[in-house]
Amino acid sequence: MTKKVFVTISPKKSRREFVKKVKELSGQNLQLCYQCGMCTGNCPAAANMDISPRRIIELARLGLEEDIAGSRTVWTCASCLACTVNCPRGFDLSKMMEAIRLLTLRKNIDRLRPEDIPSEERCDLPQIAMVSGLRKFTG
Amino acid sequence: MGLAYYPGCTLKTRARNLEEPAVASMEALGLKLDEVPRWNCCGAVYSLADDDLIHQVAPVRNLIRAKEQGKDELVTLCAFCFNTLKRANLLMKEDAEKRNTINSFMNEEVDYSGEVKVVHLLEVLRDEIGWEALSQKVKLPLRELKAAPYYGCTLLRPREVAIDSVENPTILREFLKALGASPVDFPESARCCGSYQVISSPGDISEYARPILNSALSHGAEALVLTCPLCDYNLGRGQKELAKKQSEFREMPLFYFTQLLALALGLGPQACHFELNHGNPESLLREKNLLSQGESVQPIGGQR
Repeated sequence: MTKKVFVTISPKKSRREFVKKVKELSGQNLQLCYQCGMCTGNCPAAANMDISPRRIIELARLGLEEDIAGSRTVWTCASCLACTVNCPRGFDLSKMMEAIRLLTLRKNIDRLRPEDIPSEERCDLPQIAMVSGLRKFTG
Repeated sequence: MGLAYYPGCTLKTRARNLEEPAVASMEALGLKLDEVPRWNCCGAVYSLADDDLIHQVAPVRNLIRAKEQGKDELVTLCAFCFNTLKRANLLMKEDAEKRNTINSFMNEEVDYSGEVKVVHLLEVLRDEIGWEALSQKVKLPLRELKAAPYYGCTLLRPREVAIDSVENPTILREFLKALGASPVDFPESARCCGSYQVISSPGDISEYARPILNSALSHGAEALVLTCPLCDYNLGRGQKELAKKQSEFREMPLFYFTQLLALALGLGPQACHFELNHGNPESLLREKNLLSQGESVQPIGGQR
């Protein structure tokens, strides 16, 4: 008779792992943020986000990976760095957004299929749009 | 005297109206732009992840091409390429560990440690020619042209690569004044146009464009002056869509700063390639007496 082994994955441990990976990839100290909301106030894409930039930082440092994974916020960020230059704490949110995107893309989960871009648009778009977009949305 | 020059992919195809007037103008100003040999795509965006060194190889290779030419400065024109190359250069200068890894990986190349200075053409005009000297070369002053300078993101952010004050940039205003134009300042001049979001969320692009264009128009702009091919695409496409949605929305001509430079230097509309612009600039140019009787502009608009 095979002995059944039950393994319990502590949510706390997976949350710690997520925070550690975000810190490693972004090179940022997530505790710097004091939640003033300058990032959200300066973000030109905030209106299109379901979770504001300020809240994403809070969710990330609590390790709430599932909440972030279900949100479109990091994919709506255009890396314009308005948050970065306006942060009074010197926190580079654009790097945290990139780290979270990469944690998905590196699992080979793409956010965009190039063939879904209409062919007439592919012909008209400047190369920097295609190269940068495919860098940000595919792994 | 020749300047080492990096064009990048977009300037050879979708944005010939940014590059060709620049090349002609710099020749007229006695500072020829010499393309670095064997340049490659810079990767368009700077890698923001700490462990992602492979994407630094492409921009660094271009910096090595300039170093091999014995140049201590590399001039860029595309705003995306400027940002990517300048940030990669800073990384090679300041991070010894990453520099060593990248240099060892590219063992077929000479070692590089950030020796070349990356500059944007606007900086060359300001710092090496000077506004006063530039204004003396103007043959066709852009009198009464109310042009709003639009910076976008990559010339001003992050702070360590900015070509001017992040909060209150004036470089394009001073440039336009040197050409005799009347610059129109507006508060959204460094607001993002949506950038590469156009390939994943094209429906949002007009909403990114709306506050920028409305702000420029409400401050009295007759045209917008740009530095980046992606801003040109997004704002051009955005204003077309806004005009379809709202009959009262007024489209305005979008110019690259290099086109206005060539025009003011008297190189003629052919050198400016206005036919590749978004929005028809002909009536505005004619109204301002910037086109002579026999000269015309053939816009192709979206059929570029």
